[in-house]
Amino acid sequence: MLKVLFFARIREELDCPGLELPWDPAVADLDALQKQLAGAHGQRWREVLGRDNTIRAVNQTVITGNSPLRDGDEVAFFPPVTGG
Amino acid sequence: MAEPALSPRLAVSVQEADFDVAALQQQLLAGAREEGAVATFTGYVRAAGARQAVATMELEYYPGMTERSIEGILQEAAGRWPLLAASVVHRVGRLRAGDRIVWVGVASAHRAAAFSACEFLMDYLKDRAPFWKKEIGPDGPHWVEARSEDNARAARWKDPAG
Repeated sequence: MLKVLFFARIREELDCPGLELPWDPAVADLDALQKQLAGAHGQRWREVLGRDNTIRAVNQTVITGNSPLRDGDEVAFFPPVTGG
Repeated sequence: MAEPALSPRLAVSVQEADFDVAALQQQLLAGAREEGAVATFTGYVRAAGARQAVATMELEYYPGMTERSIEGILQEAAGRWPLLAASVVHRVGRLRAGDRIVWVGVASAHRAAAFSACEFLMDYLKDRAPFWKKEIGPDGPHWVEARSEDNARAARWKDPAG
């Protein structure tokens, strides 16, 4: 299983705080997961998850570039941060 | 720079409640008598937002990752400067113009490390910690965009400064 979380503008635009996906060995890295999510839920998801400034984190660590995923991972998609 | 003999006391709090800066500074000093310098920073919600007058602001975060991310930034500061203690308090939820939003406090034996570490912590916090601001004003809600100035401020620290 993969736990997928969305935050801030992305969460609002998708109208979805997150979802759980059964583990699929064909979706075993970040790029594959993002492509799968963008393709499986219509135009809105394709548009929102297609932005190139989207930040991705695996198990609460930001990943630059692609990264392999494992069953049980927590993956988050969020826009650039604006705290402080 | 040499590491301090004892590991510094590092603390993170992400909370909805307001905070008392005098009490936080007192906690930072608790115990030791080695501190010659405390530098603190308090950030407030500005009434003039990025796009419009801001009546209220909503701050979202990533429970778990936000705290871990700030802990990592504190550890990095402790590796660069000889700190005795460092704390970050960041509010989330609904805030109003004029409200306190963030507090950073650093205690060290001397002022140079305290000033530098305090500025570093704020710069990295703004650039890396997962918080998102949504301004709510007369034109409705709108997500604040990340600013390239903030990236640039954080990038200045890439060359070890200690």
